[in-house]
Amino acid sequence: MAKFEKANSVGEWLDQRLNIKMLNRVLMTEYWIPKDINFLWAMGMVLAFTFSMLLISGIFLLMYYKPDVNMAFDSVNYTIMQEVAYGWLFRHIHGVGASVVFLIIYIHMFTGIYYGSYKRGREMIWLSGMLLFVLFSAEAFSGYMLPWGQMSYWAAYVITNIFGGIPFIGDELVVWIRGNFYVADSTLTRFFMLHVLLIPLAILGAIGLHFYSLRIPHVNNQKGEEIDFEEESGKYLAGRKKQSKVIPFWPVFIAKDVFVLSIFLVFFFYLVFYHYDFAMDPVNFDPANGLKTPPHIYPEWYFLWSYEVLRGFFFDIGPMKASDIGLAAFGFAQIIFALLPWLDRSPTVAPANQRPYFRCWFWTMMVVLVILTIFGKLPPTGTNAWVGFFSSITFILLFLILPVVTKAEAKKVASNKEGE
Amino acid sequence: MDKNRRAFMGKVLAGTAGVATAFSLYAMKRTWDPLPSVISAGFTTVDLSPLKENELSIVKWRGKPVFLLKHGPDVTPNDKRDIVTTDGSRYTVVIGLCTHLGCIPEWKGSENKFKCACHGGEYNIYAENTFGPPPRPMDIPPFTIKGNSIVLGEEGPEYKKMMANS
Ligand code: HEM
Ligand code: FES
Repeated sequence: MAKFEKANSVGEWLDQRLNIKMLNRVLMTEYWIPKDINFLWAMGMVLAFTFSMLLISGIFLLMYYKPDVNMAFDSVNYTIMQEVAYGWLFRHIHGVGASVVFLIIYIHMFTGIYYGSYKRGREMIWLSGMLLFVLFSAEAFSGYMLPWGQMSYWAAYVITNIFGGIPFIGDELVVWIRGNFYVADSTLTRFFMLHVLLIPLAILGAIGLHFYSLRIPHVNNQKGEEIDFEEESGKYLAGRKKQSKVIPFWPVFIAKDVFVLSIFLVFFFYLVFYHYDFAMDPVNFDPANGLKTPPHIYPEWYFLWSYEVLRGFFFDIGPMKASDIGLAAFGFAQIIFALLPWLDRSPTVAPANQRPYFRCWFWTMMVVLVILTIFGKLPPTGTNAWVGFFSSITFILLFLILPVVTKAEAKKVASNKEGE
Repeated sequence: MDKNRRAFMGKVLAGTAGVATAFSLYAMKRTWDPLPSVISAGFTTVDLSPLKENELSIVKWRGKPVFLLKHGPDVTPNDKRDIVTTDGSRYTVVIGLCTHLGCIPEWKGSENKFKCACHGGEYNIYAENTFGPPPRPMDIPPFTIKGNSIVLGEEGPEYKKMMANS
């Protein structure tokens, strides 16, 4: 057995057994962050905090929620909203949190794309981030089903039906996922399990992976500069804090993070108390009815862009059926962002605005995503259908031409350098 | 020697664990399968002989309403849509959801029409769309004919022929 001496304090006692001083150094006081970053680099922490608010409010909702087709709707809309003291508060935190977390995820993701933080050693950060995006999407979808209102039911119906388009096994797969020939009690209870246990566990694991993947490459900075962390942290520890390009995570960087987080929370609780309605679709206050389709089915705002890609192809092309093309395009949209580190063929890590061609690509992509989001909510008739079609095509083309654009850019940058 | 033994033990362990994993995955897949009661409820046998001409009856099948309508002798046969039982009677058997947006249309016996209250869609006695927003006739559920009864959910030869012709 190792030799233990009598400890003089609780800290020392713990340190002997758990090596907490070392742990604290490695994770906190000597985990280095570049100085040259801005508030957008606080989004990761904002996400981590929002996730914990979702977890805590979810635990309180779970105590009164009943996963049964006959009881679910009332347990939410009557018991939690009207009987349980402060039940409404937890429900509004949970609903608003689920919506806002996607806003922050998108900001976080597009910050990564803008600054080129997905390449040159940061590929695993990007991939673990995309894994989180997929898991959060599944979590949001399964959670949306639980109140068992009309939108819950029909969103579940439409989304599970999507799997029916997979060749050969499609029809059986849909029945297997639902546990019935239609969206029924078995569907509700299994998605309840996924929402409260399996997916949150997977998210916790994925967050751990995401943080760990940051350790070796470190976070990027506003110029995409390659920093010698060994040397710069040496300067900092030697007391030359001004010359050093880095600061420790704790207590210096965290102070900035907490400042941004505080501003975010003011905005967040403003929504929770005064504007929760945007996260609560009125259609979902009608109980689920499998015999009556609502006139107009649409997902929550954060899925609208991919929903629009799904229905953008509204006519058959040659032997291909419209619904199959839409499904293929939808599948493409789901995975293509994950491949970004390999589609961008330029070695440059720099803000998009300092890259001659990528700048145009980035801003076109933003515009296309906004258009897709807006039209995803509108009925797909007349001109709307055509706008949806052309923006879906543009979305796909943008990714197909990205390798060419970035290769050309790399050439241009190289020849500019020679010219100097 | 020692090394070989360890490698051998490793292979045995990996093999056993592999088999155990395969069995576990199979068991997990099966727990997600629809229950036997759900599957049997998915195949509904309906006796059509008590139906009266021109009177609509509705049965529930896989969570959806199914319309059953016996044709009178004056109704022109429509081999694309009619279900003919052994005694020669002809029926309209369709999923009773409007193909526009899924409302349940109503049978108006006096006018020989289905009318959808939601957006005014209309269908004839064969449940073919004749007016308004519905894009296609009401769907025919998979069926097989057993004498004067039908089993909903089972794809019989008559159903397959109907689908091939449409
Ligand atoms: C939803 C849960 C997520 C949490 C809790 C989370 C958390 C974090 C944290 C704390 C950081 C370091 C600080 C920062 O740069 O903001 C970070 C960095 C990063 N994350 Fe996430 N993240 C999440 C989702 C995502 C997603 C969906 C993506 C996109 C695919 C992503 C991509 C990145 C990238 C590329 C970086 C590095 C940024 C840089 O190097 O400048 N993350 N994340
Ligand atoms: S749902 Fe029947 S006409 Fe619109």
